[in-house]
Amino acid sequence: MTALRRALVAAPPMLWLGLFFLLPFLIVLKISLSHAALAIPPYAPHWSGLDSWREFLAALGVENYRTLAEDGLYLTAYLSSLRLAATATALTLLIGFPLAYAIARAPRGWRPLLVVAVVLPFWTSFLIRVYAWIAILRPEGVLDSILMALDVTSAPLNLLNTQTAVLIGMVYSYLPFMVLPLYASLERLDRTLVEAAQDLGASAWRAFWTVTVPLAKPGIWAGVFLVLIPSIGEFVIPDLLGGSDTLMVGKVLWTEFFSNRDWPLASAVAVVMLVILVGPILIFQRVARMERAR
Amino acid sequence: MSRFRAPHLIALVVGLAFLYAPMLVLIVYSFNASKLVTVWGGFSTRWYATLFANEALREAAFLSLRIAFVTATLATILGAMAALALTRFGRFPGRTLLGGMIAAPMVMPEVIIGLSLLLLFVGMNIERGFWTIVVAHVTLATCFATVVIQSRLVTFDRSLEEAAQDLGAPPLRVFFTVTLPLIMPAVAAGWMLAFALSLDDLVVASFASGPGATTLPMRLYSAIRLGVTPEINAASTLLIALVAALVVVASLAVKRDAAAR
Repeated sequence: MTALRRALVAAPPMLWLGLFFLLPFLIVLKISLSHAALAIPPYAPHWSGLDSWREFLAALGVENYRTLAEDGLYLTAYLSSLRLAATATALTLLIGFPLAYAIARAPRGWRPLLVVAVVLPFWTSFLIRVYAWIAILRPEGVLDSILMALDVTSAPLNLLNTQTAVLIGMVYSYLPFMVLPLYASLERLDRTLVEAAQDLGASAWRAFWTVTVPLAKPGIWAGVFLVLIPSIGEFVIPDLLGGSDTLMVGKVLWTEFFSNRDWPLASAVAVVMLVILVGPILIFQRVARMERAR
Repeated sequence: MSRFRAPHLIALVVGLAFLYAPMLVLIVYSFNASKLVTVWGGFSTRWYATLFANEALREAAFLSLRIAFVTATLATILGAMAALALTRFGRFPGRTLLGGMIAAPMVMPEVIIGLSLLLLFVGMNIERGFWTIVVAHVTLATCFATVVIQSRLVTFDRSLEEAAQDLGAPPLRVFFTVTLPLIMPAVAAGWMLAFALSLDDLVVASFASGPGATTLPMRLYSAIRLGVTPEINAASTLLIALVAALVVVASLAVKRDAAAR
């Protein structure tokens, strides 16, 4: 009886995610091995029943993966995605750490309010937050107007449609993901340890690097992965803030799919992106488990 | 050492200013009378009037709200089931699989989720529109709802459930009269998170949608690609206000709940 009841509760979410999350990946894998075709849907071969499975398998090929390996564009896109995502993650950590540290040090009564203040932007539309930066960075936009009024610069900076703009957009959009885990680690940190280090003669700086940072490590790792993994496949930010020199794999996939209508190649791009992400995702889950076990 | 000092205050002010200044800019310029986005022409609400007169945008907003409502409701139910299974059932076959399927979509790039679902819909010959977007959003939002509800179930005092059981209540009755009321704040938070995710999503919806079903983010996206306009500023301001109101209500509810416990 209990077993049946439990199965009835566990089955719907399992079936749903199996059907709409797991199965689609197998289809992506399959189509990445198909050929582009001028048909609807634009790929061949089709699955046409169990009888023809032998012909179906025979028609599959790795040509899309060969294209990915041989055309320098795709390799550049993967590498520049990794580079931009890593840079954005480092910058987010650099900005997020002082902020999280300050919240953890704030008077106890303020902390919940400050955490809400950090999370609130995350709840407002992602698209609008990126859009706000277009208004700020565009030539003769808000930033240029302010800088030129203050005589800091004499000509427009032309920041929009550059990699700098993409980095600003990523840091801005993902900052809450970095601050929250950092704050969780820093808030729990036993301050008497820092005091002990200082009583023993360590400078504030040394105590920070030898006590605070090592103890905050789980939060640092969690924040790094929460920012790094989604930003590798980011589409909206490079599309709206980046220029023609910003090649990111999320955007390449979008273009292959919607503009070039090459579904098999888009699928191959997705499969390779997944393979790249599996490593970081597995490390992240390990870190999260270690954190829970503490 | 443990004092809150000037450097801390500076870090707070700079950090929060970075988070809020861009949105403040949008809000201020949405009340700009001038059509030129960067020239201040005096206070005016004319862009809100043009916004409400824009039928395509109104339709898209209505569609997005309907999708978000259905999505949030379905995702919360599925999420509560998954959370119960993960926290209460101990080890069961498929537990690791379920845990993985809950965790993975949260970090998976949206383009991959969107593409894979679209290929599934095409392969199954399903016409794309309202319901395919709902299915895609439920898949994504269930994971977030599960995590929110799970965190509440973990800290839950099970002796209350056991007491009800000892008094002879059947399991379903125990759930609806004891468990559900106690985890209600988390269920509500999960619902709102799912609603916000669905309302906000551009990438997955673009893949899952078909002709005739254009959501608000899709409409805004194509407008944004054409340039910055005061009308989009006005739309953004309204969305920011709506979300801010929701979050304030939610955090007040959580606070009252925490105080009552």
